[in-house]
This record gives sequence, structure tokens and C-alpha cells, in this order.
Amino acid sequence: MSGAAAREATLQKPWRSLRREREAVSFGTWVFVASEAMFFAGPLLAYAAYRSLWPEAFAAAGRETDIVYGTVNTALLLTSSLTMAAAAEGARARLRRLTLTCLAATAALGLAFLVVKGFEYREDIHKHLIPGAGFRLDMPPAQLFFAFYWLLTGVHALHLSIGIGITVTLLIQAWHGSRPLPSPAFEGAGLYWHFVDLVWIFLYPLLYLMGRS
Amino acid sequence: MSGITAERAVPDRPSRADSYLTVETGLASWLLTTDHKRIALLYMAAITVFFFVGGAGAVAMRIELFTPQADLLSADAYNRAFTFHGVIMVWFFLIPSIPVILGNFLLPLMIGARDLAFPRLNLISWYIFIAAGALAAYTLLAGGVDTGWTFYTPLSTAFANGHVLAAATAVFVAGFSTIASAVNFIVTTHLLRAPGLTWFRLPLFVWALYATSVVMVLATPVLAMVLLLIFAERAFGIPIFDPLRGGDPVLFQHLFWFYSHPAVYIMILPSFGVISELVTCYARRRVFGYSFMVYAILWISLVGFLVWGHHMFVSGQSVFASLAFSLLSFVVAVPSAIKVFNWTATLYRGQIVFDAPMIYALGFIGLFTIGGLTGLFLASVPVDVHVTDTYFVVAHFHYIMVGGAVSAFYGGLTFWWPKMTGRLYPEGWARFAAVMMFFGFGFTFFPMFIMGFLGMPRRYHVYPEEFQVWHVLASAGAVILAAAYLLPMGYFAWSLVWGRRASANPWDATGLEWQTSSPPPRENFLVSPAVDRGPYDYHPAHTGPPSMEREPHRPQGGQA
Repeated sequence: MSGAAAREATLQKPWRSLRREREAVSFGTWVFVASEAMFFAGPLLAYAAYRSLWPEAFAAAGRETDIVYGTVNTALLLTSSLTMAAAAEGARARLRRLTLTCLAATAALGLAFLVVKGFEYREDIHKHLIPGAGFRLDMPPAQLFFAFYWLLTGVHALHLSIGIGITVTLLIQAWHGSRPLPSPAFEGAGLYWHFVDLVWIFLYPLLYLMGRS
Repeated sequence: MSGITAERAVPDRPSRADSYLTVETGLASWLLTTDHKRIALLYMAAITVFFFVGGAGAVAMRIELFTPQADLLSADAYNRAFTFHGVIMVWFFLIPSIPVILGNFLLPLMIGARDLAFPRLNLISWYIFIAAGALAAYTLLAGGVDTGWTFYTPLSTAFANGHVLAAATAVFVAGFSTIASAVNFIVTTHLLRAPGLTWFRLPLFVWALYATSVVMVLATPVLAMVLLLIFAERAFGIPIFDPLRGGDPVLFQHLFWFYSHPAVYIMILPSFGVISELVTCYARRRVFGYSFMVYAILWISLVGFLVWGHHMFVSGQSVFASLAFSLLSFVVAVPSAIKVFNWTATLYRGQIVFDAPMIYALGFIGLFTIGGLTGLFLASVPVDVHVTDTYFVVAHFHYIMVGGAVSAFYGGLTFWWPKMTGRLYPEGWARFAAVMMFFGFGFTFFPMFIMGFLGMPRRYHVYPEEFQVWHVLASAGAVILAAAYLLPMGYFAWSLVWGRRASANPWDATGLEWQTSSPPPRENFLVSPAVDRGPYDYHPAHTGPPSMEREPHRPQGGQA
């Protein structure tokens, strides 16, 4: 597809220039990311409040999480951000093969994260780390820590699943050629992916390193 | 080229093939449209339904409160009625009404754009809203919720018998719709303004929508999360706010009000914008202190995030925190007062026309002032401790949200009705309805200040006989108020068929939205407009309007 035709196919109403539309998609995604940041800010604040109320229980509970799974997942997710950045840049430079490879790698790394997380959840269940009757630790506030553990990792996994869905959709569309590479969607998806990655950068020390220092 | 010649070049009515109402026909052309004007009408249809549903709750309450005994509703049914009234009116009427109906329709027109930045996202947000509404309807049909609209823990997580999960999900889903619209509005305002339309030439309604959108984007996710926490605790027993396991129910209140106080500004800021448009047009006057009006809007939206603790003076939070929140609440009253004074100063030496939108606007200014001043009573810790959970509080926030926001919504709808439909409403009936709304509102809610101060607690369906006279007054006033809400629906519908055809600019207003035909064509403007001056150029700057004859207005720009 020639450059002009590709631009034509990419440009959506009400935009008059692709440069402007690209600016809008990335700006809109940034605004949405600001909203998402406030979404995670709430429970992080609650976590901070409870941790200062119950420091010993939180430290004891923090030692129960599995640092191996957590660290492997951190590595997977950081690598996926690299491949996502390469995919977005590749699309911008119209390098089709690079874009497709990197999108596929990103989705695969995201899936790998979820698989590891699944194994970790299975282990947590075996270790009776679900808040409620029969909880592994005696201190009641330790259950609070695991309330946040399940909630935050669950919501993060949901965000990651949405990210994988978007990545796979873009991969299929780029493969078929129904979405031309200059489309601003690649950059928008990249921004969202990096945000989900960034959330994990906060969760990893709060959930896995806490109590082990 | 002068704006006046540009205006003449605009046809009053588009041809049938051009008008956005008739360019495509059939149900699918409406349900799958990406035209912001049609989506605004879709929202109007949905929100009108919710207004009736939420209003039904109010009717049930006012009938029940007519006598001191329980006659119509049991205690439990009464709890469900006021909860449902609150949930529907807050999240399905007040928060969306002005932004997604008037804002959706007018924002692109006022800045000279062809559509919002993301038209498909706009349509998706309507469907999300409908999904949320369906969940809310399910909640009602399944038996309702009895927690109050505030969902306080541990009542909502451990003790309530109603369908808390369904209600929380409905509000949660509605939040996505709000955020999507807000992102759309912010990007549109930043990137789609017409050439020459600099930030400080924006009409104040656009500024108000912009500030509202910023608050929506930053506050709504906190509500979403806190509802998710409640959902997790109630459905899966995850102890977030459970005091038995070290949790703190007051933390819920902090998170909830961190959203719900800014939400008050989400409801009232768009009204400020509407009132600025109405007052300038019907006083034929430049707005007094344009830049301070803008700064006041931004100031309110910022400081509005810092005052949530004034809802919690009796929650057991530290006295120190209460004092800080009290001080900040007084601080946020300053920009609101600036706006009221500036509207009043705009009227000074204006050529005031008492058409229906102006009557709504003047009513708004009066009612908002009373609501705002009683807000200062409540911001003072000692007075608030005395009247907490009484009808004084109920009266205060209804003065802001109903006397304020709903008056502005009706006023704005009346003002822009010719632009939306191409038809003029019957002026006499509209004036009658506007006056009736003002008096009906006063009869309904002013008695609540008195009985609240005397000690009548909110959320009870039986009460001592000494309060009956005030309750009867309020219930009788509610009948007038209901008539004032229903009457416009009647004559608006009538005008669709029998109303006179509107010209492009029937009120001689200056905004860009009047520089295209009524109703606008699908693309909004046949030629992209250019802007060469600030808003509200109703008379030369530095001189007031002439004393007798009417100064010709100069539009902000036109289709060059």
C-alpha cells in the first residue's frame, strides 16, 4: 500500500490530518491512564494506611508470598514492555515483520505471566492464604494483607488480559492488512501496556519484597 | 469580513438531505450512529426514563411523609425508596444530564468541530450507560437496596439485605461511560478547536465542560475501586473494611467521599457554564470578569478534591482533620461566590429580556446562592454537628443539585431547543413553567431547612406530629414541582410537530453553535468556521450597551 493511500485508510472522522489524529489517540490514552492511576491509587492508599496500623502482621504476611514466582513474573513483564515498545516503533516506521513479531512476542510474554500467576495462585490456595476461616496465619490483620494481595493481583491480571486481547486483535488486523501500520492504535495500545507493566512495578515490592528486607 | 455578513450567509434551515435529523432514517441509523448530535438525543431519551424512575421514588417518599404514621410504605420499603431515588438521580440523571446531553450536542458546535475526537467511543459510552441502566432496573425489579446511596460499610458489606452487589455493579459500569465521555471531551477541547479559537476565547460552557471532564477522569475511578472493594468484601468475604480483622470502616468513607464530593462539582460545574451563556445572551451583555470566571471554574475543580472530610465531621476522624477540611470548604466557597457576583454584575446595565431561559437562569442564581450559603453553615464544624443527618442537609444539597443543576438543565434545554430540533417552543408556556419550577422548588425544600434545624432526622418514614405541617408543605410543593417538570416535556413534544420553524440564530446569540442552520447539518458546518474574537460580544468592550436601542451583536466567528 502506498503512503498516501495508507494514510487515507487510517484517517478517521473528524480528523483532517494523520499527525493530529495520532496526537489525539496518544493524548486520549494518557488521559485514560491518568484515570487508571487513580483507580489503583485508592487501594494503594488503603494498603499504606493498614500497613502503618499493623506493621508486624503485614511483614509476617508478606513473607508468605512466593518470591520466585513474583520475580520471574516481573522479568517477563519488563521484557514484554520492551517488545511492545519495539512493536509500536516498528509500526510507526512501517516495518511489517518487526511489528508482527514483536506484537506476537508481547502477547506470548503476557500469557506466560498469566500462566505463572496461575501456578502461584494454586500454591497460595494450597497454603491456605485465602482470607477467611482456616487462614494460615493467626494474626487477623494478616488477612488484610492477603485481601489486598488477591484484589490487586486479580485486578492487575484482568488489566493484563485486556491488554493481551488488544495486542492479539492488533496482531490479527495487521496480519490481514485490515489495519494499516501508520494507524495510531499501535501507539495507544503500547501506552496502555506500559501502564499495566508499571502497576506491577508498584505491586512487586509491596507484595513480595515487604517483610523480607 | 464582519461576522454579520457571515451570519446572513448561513441558511436558516438545512435541506432534508443535510439536516442531521433526516440525513439518514430508520432505527439502525440512530442506534449505530456516530454523530454526536444524535448520540446526545439517544442520551436524552435514556436519561428522561431514569428521571421518571428516580422521580417515582421521590413521589413515594413525599406521599408517605404526608402523615406522621406509616401509611404507604413499611420502614424497609421506605429505605429502598430513598436509596433508589438517590442512586438513580445521582448517577443516572444529575451526573450525566448536562454533560452528555447538552455537552455532547454543543461542544463540537461551540468550538467549530465536525464531531467529538472519538465518535465511536462516544457511541460505545452510550451503550455502556444503557447496560448500567439495565443493571439498575434489575436491582429495582429484584427488590432494591436499603443502604442509602452512600453504601456505608459495614452496613453494605455485612448487614444489608438488599441487592447491594447488583446496585454497586450498576454504578460501577455507569462510571466507565462517564470516563469515556470525559476523555472524549478533554481531547476534543484540546485538539479540535477552530482556527483562532484560543483557550481564553472559549465560551464559558466549554470551560465548564472541560473542568468537569477533568474531575470525572480523576474522581470516578476512585468510586469504581471503592465499589469493587465493597463487592469483593460482600461477595467473597475479602476483609477490606472488616473491623474484626483490623479493617477500618471509616476508610471506606474517606474513599467514597473522595469521589462523591468532587461528584457534587461534576453536577454543578456544567450548570455554571449554561448559566453564563444564558445570562449574557438575555442581558445583551459581555460577561463580567471573563478570566476570573475561568479561574473560578478551575479553582473549584481543584479545591473540590480537597474538601471530602466535611462529610465526616461526626465519623470520629480527628478534630484536627475536621478543622482543616472546614477551612478548605470555606476556601472552595470563594470561587462559587465570585461566579454569583459576576453573573449579578453582568446583569448590571444589561438589557434584560425575561424569556424562559433567563427566568430559569435568574432562579438558578437565587437558589444556588441559598444552597451555597447553607453550605457554609454545614462547613462550620459546630453547626454541622448540630444538623448532621437532618433535613437541613437534605434541603442544602437539593438546593444545589435540584434548584441549581436541574434548573440549569431545563434552562439550557429551553435555550438550545431550537438548535437541537429546528423548532421554537411556546414562549408563554415556557415562562409559566420556569416560574412554577422556582416556586414549586421553594415550597418543597425551604420547609426542610426549618424542620431540619428543629431536629427532624433524614431517612425516617415516621416522625413526631410537630413536624407534620412542614412535611405537608413540602409534599404539596412537590406536586407543583412535578407539574413544572412535566409541563416542558409536553410543550417540547408539541413543538416538534406544531412549533414554529426556528431561524439559525433566533436569540441573536454570539456562540459558534448559532452560526450554522437549525438543526445543524450532519457535518455541523458546511464550511469550517474561523474565529476572530472572544465570546459574548454583545456590545463594544469598555462601554455598556446603549440605554435605549439594542446594540447589534457580533458572533465569535463564522463559516469563512
